[in-house]
Order: sequence, then structure tokens, then C-alpha cells
Amino acid sequence: MASDDYKGYRGEALSTLKNFDALVWSDVEIKTSRGSYTGIILPRSETADPLHVVIKLRSGYNIGIAVSKIQNIKITGRKEAHYKIPEKAFPYDPKKPNVKLLGTGGTIASRLDYRTGAVIPAFSPGELYGSVPELADICNLETEKLYGVFSENMGPEQWRGTAEAIGREIEKGVQGIVIGHGTDTMHHTAAILSFMVQNSPVPIVMVGSQRSSDRPSSDAALNLQHSVKTAAESDIAEVMVCMFGPTSDTYGLLHRGTRVRKMHSSYRSTFRTIGDIPIAMVSTEKITPIRTDYKKRRNDKNVIINTAFEEKVSIVYYYPNMKPDIIDSLIDNDYKGIVIAGTGLGHVNKPLYPALKRAKEKGIAVYMTVQTLWGYVQMYVYDTGRDMMELGVIPGENMLPEVGYMKLGWALGQTNDLEKVRDIMMTPIAGEITEREPSNGYLIFQGGIPEVEEFISKYRK
Amino acid sequence: MHKFIFKPFDEMTEKDYATVGFKSGLEIHQQLLTEKKLFCRCPAGRYSDKYDAEILRHMRPTLSELGEYDGTALMEFKTKKEIIYRIKRETVCTYEMDDTPPFQIDDHALDSALAIGMLYGCTMVDEVHIARKQYLDGSIPTGFQRTAIVGVDGNIPYKNREIKIIQLSIEEDACREVSDIGHRRVYITDRLGMPLIETVTGPDMRTPIEVAEVAQICRRLVRSTGRVRTGIGAGREDVNVSVTGGTRIEIKGVPRIVSIPLLTYNEAMRQWNLLRLREELKRRGITEKSFKSKTENVTKILRKTRYQPIQNAIEQGMKINCVLLQGFKGLLRWQTQTDTYFSREISDRVRVVACLTTLPNIIHSDSSGDTIAASEWQNIKKQIGGKDDDTLVLVWGDEQDANTGAQEIVIRAKEATIGIPSETRQAFRDGTNGFERILPGPDRMYPDTDLPPKRIEDEKLEKLHLTLPNRIWENEKWYRKLKIPTDVIEPLAASKYTKLFEMLVKDSKLNPTLVAVVLIQYQKRLKTYFPKAKQIEIETFEEIFEAFKSGIITREGIILAMKGAFTNSKLRFPKKIKSPELTKVIKESQKAIKKMKVQKKDKATEILMGMIMHKVRGRVEGRVVAERIGFSGKGKN
Repeated sequence: MASDDYKGYRGEALSTLKNFDALVWSDVEIKTSRGSYTGIILPRSETADPLHVVIKLRSGYNIGIAVSKIQNIKITGRKEAHYKIPEKAFPYDPKKPNVKLLGTGGTIASRLDYRTGAVIPAFSPGELYGSVPELADICNLETEKLYGVFSENMGPEQWRGTAEAIGREIEKGVQGIVIGHGTDTMHHTAAILSFMVQNSPVPIVMVGSQRSSDRPSSDAALNLQHSVKTAAESDIAEVMVCMFGPTSDTYGLLHRGTRVRKMHSSYRSTFRTIGDIPIAMVSTEKITPIRTDYKKRRNDKNVIINTAFEEKVSIVYYYPNMKPDIIDSLIDNDYKGIVIAGTGLGHVNKPLYPALKRAKEKGIAVYMTVQTLWGYVQMYVYDTGRDMMELGVIPGENMLPEVGYMKLGWALGQTNDLEKVRDIMMTPIAGEITEREPSNGYLIFQGGIPEVEEFISKYRK
Repeated sequence: MHKFIFKPFDEMTEKDYATVGFKSGLEIHQQLLTEKKLFCRCPAGRYSDKYDAEILRHMRPTLSELGEYDGTALMEFKTKKEIIYRIKRETVCTYEMDDTPPFQIDDHALDSALAIGMLYGCTMVDEVHIARKQYLDGSIPTGFQRTAIVGVDGNIPYKNREIKIIQLSIEEDACREVSDIGHRRVYITDRLGMPLIETVTGPDMRTPIEVAEVAQICRRLVRSTGRVRTGIGAGREDVNVSVTGGTRIEIKGVPRIVSIPLLTYNEAMRQWNLLRLREELKRRGITEKSFKSKTENVTKILRKTRYQPIQNAIEQGMKINCVLLQGFKGLLRWQTQTDTYFSREISDRVRVVACLTTLPNIIHSDSSGDTIAASEWQNIKKQIGGKDDDTLVLVWGDEQDANTGAQEIVIRAKEATIGIPSETRQAFRDGTNGFERILPGPDRMYPDTDLPPKRIEDEKLEKLHLTLPNRIWENEKWYRKLKIPTDVIEPLAASKYTKLFEMLVKDSKLNPTLVAVVLIQYQKRLKTYFPKAKQIEIETFEEIFEAFKSGIITREGIILAMKGAFTNSKLRFPKKIKSPELTKVIKESQKAIKKMKVQKKDKATEILMGMIMHKVRGRVEGRVVAERIGFSGKGKN
């Protein structure tokens, strides 16, 4: 492919390389006005400037050379990289449970992409076995790459596709399903799958990694082991997110798909169950349930797949001084549902009222959730709340805003009858609304306080 | 071929080193003096063994950029270590814990690295690419060190030749190891992430002394910029050594330059003796192809042994493996380094790879020491089917470790038929070295996808170039011409005051000897009273010399001002005394001394001198007072 000959180079850098017929992967001696360099010409990231050539020195280091200084390039050979995880056939053991790994993308298994200079997903049973051979001790693994997208690019099409794929696998009789997913919107997908896939007889475990698998310290391998173990062995037949409990390589947590949220932009232990406790802990040795009220594994195949989804739904994150035009623009653009993340117990300011009234008149479903994330919407406490209910805003109990968004999309996908939508919304299906918040459902330790520090010093973070 | 036999260290001559083809190069690690760490905003240079929390991690090998696994990485993975990091809030943030991506590189650190690169005469790079250099020993929680080349191809003059500087890189420092016992290694993280530079010289040194001398030149050169940290652990050397027919071996983490000669001597000897061992094996008909070994479980035979380590092992339910090395009789006693034998090469591998860290971790039938009974050796020999010219090696541990240990014994013994395995080795205090890990290759390099390349503008380099001191050897030549005291020449040339000295001598026309002595000797002497004080800033000295030059303070006043600079941040100069005030002080003192009973009358003037100077020190030259009271001194100035 000619376009790959000078992969990533453009402008001045491209013409300089062409001038000397110096293709990417050429072993070269470059003479510049400053001195000489010896190494292999590497592809360049497309987002980098067009003024430098990248070479890999003999020591393995990369450096950039300004093309304006290049006087001569002497080509002495060629060494092209074949970046490939060693593939080994995944062993089959009839005594082990069959687990299906559905890939949607993300950094769970990834490799370097020269085009962007970032990491891209790489994924096959062979590759996984090559990099995490421990998986073969747990199950027989089959994989299917559904999508190869970063999680922010997941949308209704991918959600539906994934739910349908889950249905097919359950029909085929797998003992558990693992879904590889980018972490940013993993909790969104976990929520929608909790609604689209109901009455699953087997565990459905979503997993990703916070440190990409091209790093020795990656959490990918351990997350994979935990999730595959859960899918193969646990008796929890729910949609779960399986990610690190603490930042240490010790155990993972199994979070219910409707109560989980990514809470830190980069920590390994970023996923937390909000307003409740997780279902179980999982290590490479064992799965330890920490509650008993989960749906149990069954031997049937009676899963219900309902992939309805209305895309004209939005979340409005309220802030003081918000103007009604925000709501108005949604109304004018024919949105059918709005989930508000309100302040405190579920409030917005008075100037929004006329817009909310308009929404009610146009038959738009408006639900209230709380941006505090923890706690219930309680619209009876203050007048403001009562006023808003008059305007047709429905309190969404303790549904997380993102979960509310997913559920409203799913409900409106099934019916336009707002009463029916309300029934669907307010009937808990997968723990998205709970009757009570246990006292340990809200625990954010405050650093610096002596007893917290004492705890941290005793238990590995 | 390898007829030459190593003599004791003191008796080795340059010619002897030429005979064995001694070659050595240096990788000098030098911490940069910055306020913050290289890729985060944590404070740099705050050490403490205290910690608030612990984190546990494991490391897994990953592919290199060119799609290959690194040998070291695979070895480290075999060892299955549990790594514990001790962290302290004040010195470590979520970046060092590998829970946050890196922030932009510290500009101050990068400037320093670029400046030093130019001082070495390197060809500087136009665009800095951060790489990840894998370290699976856990010394960095990410599993790699962020590092980048800033310059290549420099040089320093040495004797009548040039020592090549292959490359200069900027990188983050690693953790400090606390302990490494069994399958658990503990690190403290305070040093982690501090900026340092690594200078790699060519393999251009021909004797152990040359290696130390070049290390010394490099150390002084970087210190002369005032941009580096000093003190214990701020500079560390890795030394590469090879002999003819040998392999490049890296001795890691040599903390003191004075220990380099003995270490390199021992390494050269080790390689030479391993090559001789290969010849001996060949003579016995043992080659890579014909090498034979056998491993058996001998736990049962040793059930009743009285040899304590194995007795303990059996009590703990451990397994004892015996490895038979066919035809190896006596060779585990083959000398490798000073008072060190081939058996240690094997023991080291077992210690590191099989995590059997309690010594002894092996015993063998070549040993003259007391181990298991002769009858027990006989029984083992019978069971395993050994002959008289074989050697038996025992290793014990839990099932998995004992098996890994036995495998490593076989691997290392077989390597003896091939030559010298590529390894990094750790320096010991006695001047010998031990196995640390397999020598990593370029396969452990990987571009850092978290940070974009950073362009270095020509203007930036030009600006930095202006801040550079002269190279030390040029300054030393000039100082000798100025005839400043010889013991001050070298420290001054390597100090951060070279530019200041030049200014004071050339522009302010101050006496070079006075300036040099104040900057170096006065400061050194005063420092003994204020051991915790920082070096006096250049600007402070500028002020002091300015005051001296304009007559505000005397020569003695300089010392007082320096004392002041050590103790508080603000400079206060004693005011020069005026004649009437001095007369008053003299008269008062004369009155006071008359009232005293001075035993030795001839000392009276000397005591008077002391009394007066106590009151006016720093405000008037001593000789003025002496003249006024007619004190002739004690025959010295």
C-alpha cells in the first residue's frame, strides 16, 4: 500500500523522505547540519507536526529530527515491526464451562496504533490466551468481536447489537457472558443492557481496564480473570460490571449494572456502587457474595430481549442561573423525554417553570434525578418540588441520572403513552430504584481524618 | 587461549588489562536539582522511611514496539513476585501510584538536561520523544520508566584521547528497595519520579582506574552547572565491563566512584575465569550439545539429615531436589571472582529466579564445607545414578520454587558451556558482584502513548547555551595560570560558582586567590559548623563581594556575612568602624585589662588584642588594631 510507505508523514517531512526514497521502516543514517543519527524511520502520528522525522535509535529510543536540518539520508536496510501478540489456540476442556467474550472495544486488549500514536484494541481468543494464559484454567473461551469502538462512541445501534448477541449466546447455551467495553461509558451500557436483557439465566459481566494492556502494570489481565471466573462459576444471573475493588491487585467487585458509576477519571478502582453495596467480591481464587438478594443462575434459556430505544431523550444537568432556553431548545427539537439532574432533593430554578409547563403541554416525559448521585429525589419537602410536580415533572426516586436516561429511552422506545411510560419508569426491573438505601450505601471516606487514615494504613488501597 | 591468570588487584598492570582486552563504559545517573518531580507536581528530594499506606501490584510482560517480548521481562514474570509499595501522602500522588496519566514534563528539568547535553558537546535532538523502558522488577509501579533522549554523540577529552558520550537521556527515578524476601519485594516510593539524567559513555576505558577517573570527570562536569543534586544517592553509576571473548555485563547501581576499580577488576576476572571454565568443560568433552543433567526428588533420603537448613526445610514440608551435572566434578569450586566461585553464579540465579532468598539456598558435592553427611551424598548419588566425575547440587523450597530452582541450576550450568550470559549484576560492598537479572535489550522500549513528542526550538537551546559554564578542563587550565591554590582548583572548576568567579576576577578585578578561597575553602570550613545549611547562593556571594569591594566590609566581614547567610535568609553586613569609636574601644579594653590579674605579663598585649577584636571583628582589619596597640602577632597572619 503506497499510502503506508510514508505512514503518517505529511507536508515538508513527507517531501523530504520522498526526496531520499526513505520509506518508513528503512534503516538509515541521517546527516543533518547538527550531526548524524543512525536508526530506523518510524511511522509518525497523524496529529503530530509535519516538520520532523521520527527514528528509532539502536538503543531502542525514539527521537525526532527536524527535516529542515536534514542534508542526507542514507538507506542501509529495512526492519519492519510486526506488532502481534503471540497467538495460541485456546485449549478446550469438555469439563470446563463455556464462556463467551463479546468485544465492543476499549483498552482491555490493545496494542499500539502508529496512526494516532495511541493504543487500539486487539482481540481474539488466541491473542487473549497468548497474553493471559490463566484464562484457560477457568473455562473454554470463545470470542466475538462485535465492535471496535472507544466507549464514548457506543450508541443505540451498539447497545441493541450487544443485547441481541447476548440473546443468541444464551440460546446457544453458554454458561456465562463477558463483555469487553471501554470504561468511560461502561455504566451506561451496563444500565441499558440491564433493561434490554431481562430474566437472563446466566451471568453477564462487563469488564474493561483503566491501564491499557500494553503496560506491565495493567489491570486488564486481572480484570479479565475476575470477569471470566464470574461468568463461568458464579451463580449471579445479572448484568454486572466487574472492575478493581481497591487500586491494589487483590480483588475485583461485581457491581449491579443499574447502580454502578465511573467515579474517577483514571484510578483503577474507579467503579463504585452508588446508594447500595456491590453484589460480590471476586479474586482469582473465589467469588464472595456480599449480599444474597441477587437473581440466581438457572438452567433454562428463558431470556427476554427487548431492544426498544427512543433516541430523542436527553439529560439536563441543572446549574444555578440556567435559562429556560435550554429546555425550550429540546422542546423545539422534538425531544420526547428529558431527565433532569437537579440540585439537592431534585430542584431547578423558577425561570425554568414556563419551559417545563410547555414541555408538559407538548407531551414530553420529564423525570427528575439528583446530581448528588446519592439519595432520593424528594419533591414533597419544599414548595419548589411541589410546584414542579404540578408542572408534570416526575420524581425518579433514587435512579442515577445516566440510568434514568437509559431507562427513559427504553421506555419511550416501547410506547408513547406517558402513563405507560410512567409505569415502566417507576417499576424497578433490575435494581435501578431501590426501596431503601442501606446505611452503608453512602460511604465516601474523607482523607485526613485520623480514623480514616488509620484504616487506610491497615488495608491496602 | 586464556592462558593469563588474574593476579590480585594491586598487582594488575595496564599491560595485563590489555592482555585480557578489558573494556568498560559508564552509564551515569545523576539526579537533577528541581523543585518538583519529572511528570507530576510532587516535591522532589524529600526522603523518609515513614509511610501512610501500602499498595500491592504484580507485573506482567508486554510486547515491545517491534512486537517482541523482552528476555528480562519473561524472567521477572517467572519469579512471580508480589510487589508492595509504601506511599506517603506528602511525596506521592496518584501519578506515581500509576492511577493518573503523566502531566507535562517539568520544564526546569528538561532545560537542565538540555544544558548538560550541550556541555557534553552532544548533538541535541529536535523533538523529544518520551519512551517507556520496561522494568518488571517492580521498581516503578507502572512497570516502565519514562525516559527520553535529549542528545547523542558527545565527547569529553581524557588523557590524550576522547571518550565518546553515546547519549544523554532524561528520565524518572525509581523506588528505593526496602526488602526482597521470598516472593515479596517491598519498595518505598519517595524517590520515585524524581528527574535524573543518564549519560552513557562509549566502551572507551581500558583499565579499572580509567573508569573511575572518567566517572569523576563526568560528575564534576555536571556539578559545575549547579543544576544537579549532590549527596548520597544523587549520583549512581552503572558500569559496563567486557573482556576479549566475553559479553557486555552491566554492574548496576554503584553508589560510590571509589568502588568502581575493584568492581570492574572483579567483573573482568569473572568473565575471564568463566571463559577458562568453558575451555575446561570443552577439555572434558562437555559442550552445549553434549551437556547432560538430571533432576530428582531426594526428600525421602534426607528425612533424617542433621544438616540444619535441610532439616528445617523438611520440617516445613518442603521438597528437596537434586540436580546431577554430568562431568562437572570440582567445577562448582572454580574461582570466578575474589574469594568467589562458580557455585555462587548458580546460587544467585536460584535466589533471584526461584525466590529462594534464604542462604545457603543450594549445597553441592564439590563443597569442602560441612553440609550433609558423606553417607547421605552416597545414597543420593546411588538413587540418581551419579558417577565419580559428576557433581550433585541440592536445592530446597516449596514444590514450585524447588522445581524452578532445579531448572535454574541446569540452565546456568549449561550456559557455562556457551560462555558468559548477558546479565545485569549488582555491586556488593566487598567489590564482587552478583546476578541481578538477564540483560534487557532494546525490546523493552515502547513509545509513551500518554504524552505527545515535545519540540525543542533552536532559540531555546541558544538561550540555554548562554547559561553554560566553561567546561571544567578549560577552567582548570585558566585557574592554574592565575596561580590560585592547587587544592582549590578542582573543586572550584566543578562548582556552580565558575561564572561568578570569572566575573569577580575579570570585571571586578578582585584577587583570584581571595575569591577562590572564599568560595571554596571558607565555605567548606563554615559548613562544618552548619552541616544542614544549603550552599550559599550565587546572588548572595555577589552581594558579599560587592560590599567587600566597596569597602563596606573587611575580609573578616566576609566570613561573618557568610555565617549570616548560612543561618538566616537576609544578609546583614557589619558596618566598618570609624576611628573615634575604635579609639574608645581600645581605651576601654586597656582599662579593663589593667584591672585583671594577668599571670604571664608577656601575653598581656595578645590578650588585649583578643579583647578588642572580640568587639570589633569584621568591622576593621586585625592589622589596624595590632598597629594601634603595638601588637606584633604570633608570627603568623
